[in-house]
Amino acid sequence: MSGEAGPASGGPGKRGLEVVGLEVRYGPVRALRGVHLAVPRGAVAAVLGANGAGKTTLLRAVSGTLRFHRGAITSGTVSFGGSRLDGAQAAAVVRRGVVQVPEGRRVFGRMTVAENLRAGALGVPGRRAAAARERVLELFPVLAERAHQRAGLLSGGEQQMLAIGRALMAGPSLLLLDEPTLGLAPLMAARIADTVRQINAQGTSVLLVEQNAAMALALAERAYVLEVGEVTLSGPAADLAASDEVRRRYLGVGAPDTDRPVGTDPGAADGHQSHERHERTRLARWTA
Amino acid sequence: MAVFLELLVNGISVGAVYALIALGFVVIFKATEVVNFTHASLLLAGGYVIARLHPLVGFWAALAAGIAAAALVGALVEFLILRRAHVGSRGVLAIVTIGVDILLTTELTRRIGTEVLALGDPWGDRVLRLGPITVAETRVVALAVAAALIVAFLLAFKFTGWGVAMRATAEDAETAALMGVRLGRVSLSAWAVAGALAAVAAMFLCVFPTPGLDRGTAAAAMKAFPAAILGGLDSTTGALAGGLIVGVTETLMSGYQSELAFLGRGIGDAAPFLVMIVILLLRPSGLFGTKEPARV
Ligand SMILES: Nc1ncnc2c1ncn2[C@@H]1O[C@H](COP(=O)(O)OP(=O)(O)OP(=O)(O)O)[C@@H](O)[C@H]1O
Ligand SMILES: [Mg+2]
Repeated sequence: MSGEAGPASGGPGKRGLEVVGLEVRYGPVRALRGVHLAVPRGAVAAVLGANGAGKTTLLRAVSGTLRFHRGAITSGTVSFGGSRLDGAQAAAVVRRGVVQVPEGRRVFGRMTVAENLRAGALGVPGRRAAAARERVLELFPVLAERAHQRAGLLSGGEQQMLAIGRALMAGPSLLLLDEPTLGLAPLMAARIADTVRQINAQGTSVLLVEQNAAMALALAERAYVLEVGEVTLSGPAADLAASDEVRRRYLGVGAPDTDRPVGTDPGAADGHQSHERHERTRLARWTA
Repeated sequence: MAVFLELLVNGISVGAVYALIALGFVVIFKATEVVNFTHASLLLAGGYVIARLHPLVGFWAALAAGIAAAALVGALVEFLILRRAHVGSRGVLAIVTIGVDILLTTELTRRIGTEVLALGDPWGDRVLRLGPITVAETRVVALAVAAALIVAFLLAFKFTGWGVAMRATAEDAETAALMGVRLGRVSLSAWAVAGALAAVAAMFLCVFPTPGLDRGTAAAAMKAFPAAILGGLDSTTGALAGGLIVGVTETLMSGYQSELAFLGRGIGDAAPFLVMIVILLLRPSGLFGTKEPARV
């Protein structure tokens, strides 16, 4: 959970996702302003924020789907591996290895599970699809059992697994996840969290948008808090998890033990005590 | 009874040809959500190329050229006009296609003039005797070819990457784009396929017992609209059912014209639209219009 270098962080010269000074507008509505964010290769980064903060907008700006909502990047840049993504069509972004799992799953309900997975591989050469399929079915055995069932008939949790599996079919280097645990029972949410960990362990970087802050902070190395279109807090996830500000607003005030993020070791934050004080002073300044 | 059977076979054959046109219509609607009123002129363009070229290169080469030309015209309309017309609403795009249709049809009918152009097909006016009934050879070929094309199309739609991309786009274009589907290609290919199918249909609409291609051919193509709409605009199965219903209704009504004289002359031409209205009153989304099995 601590280091920058995941098990497969790519070569030393390979750069991950870099968002610099991003501003996004939907017509007259400014949804993002001056957003800076980075997801190094092999890392998991989390974005927290209330409804309407601009989390989905941020992912749309990366995946090239703003145009479907009449939105546009009006300033700033998005790049991955050193090459620019802003201005690219969604399909071109997929070919660069950046794949988004949309908010609300959006499985193709009229198609079978197998066809959904096939659709996920449409943007990449055919020979890569077979290997990806095996990996996905290993990760989600239930999808193999339901292969010929209509995706619209799956449960919410199964649909989320399908949505993630479908995205993995393209063999992404960076996976963008938009609220994957929304509306899922705690047990299923924990399973999804485990899966994200597994996917990351296999070398895929992850940008995770979540309202379930406890889960997100447990998974991520770095986290960002978006408020009304701006990044108001950022730092190592463990520090954010320990900060009063985040505890109060996103984790709920309570006894530290019961609120401990899912899957974290109670001692995990100890190593960051010195950071924590530093972060706190910064937080106070930023939210003033 | 023999008369009824003859009419039925003819009706099914004509219906299969309408189904080809309706299928193209449905493919464009699925891929782009645009109701394509240019369809009749694509058909006319394909037929016109066949009619003009067959004396020079022979029927089969002319047919191939006609199919290619109609596919190309379809692709060009998509690429040069619809793709650039970034007007928000689909309704406005439909009106754009009406405009394009009027332009193309006007030019083509001007070129055709008052002539009736033969297509030089190898079947001529030969008839086949199947037991008690007599059917034109062209009708039998039309039925066989249309059926083969429809089956090939449905298999491609179901099993090829192109078909999966098409269906994914039809269901949710944004998510399809997130899968790496190039929406521009999907839309372009839909228009090209629709054009090609329309050209084949044009050929069958203009051979015996029809004297040939004339300025009225586009009107015949219009009967595929009720076929597509009554079947459900977004359903390939619906296009088939719609085509057959329209073909059979029209042929039976025309065949029993004298018995139905109390309904007025030309009931055969109006019948498809009457059937469409009745079906839409009962089922607003058409016979096979989508109902989601979604559970959220
Ligand atoms: N298509 C659109 N047109 C105009 N404004 C939009 C559009 N989509 C989003 N917005 C606005 O942009 C802001 C950010 O929306 P966004 O969907 O990115 O928020 P979010 O953080 O993902 O929220 P949620 O947690 O509810 O999913 C909101 O104020 C929203 O009203
Ligand atoms: Mg959102």
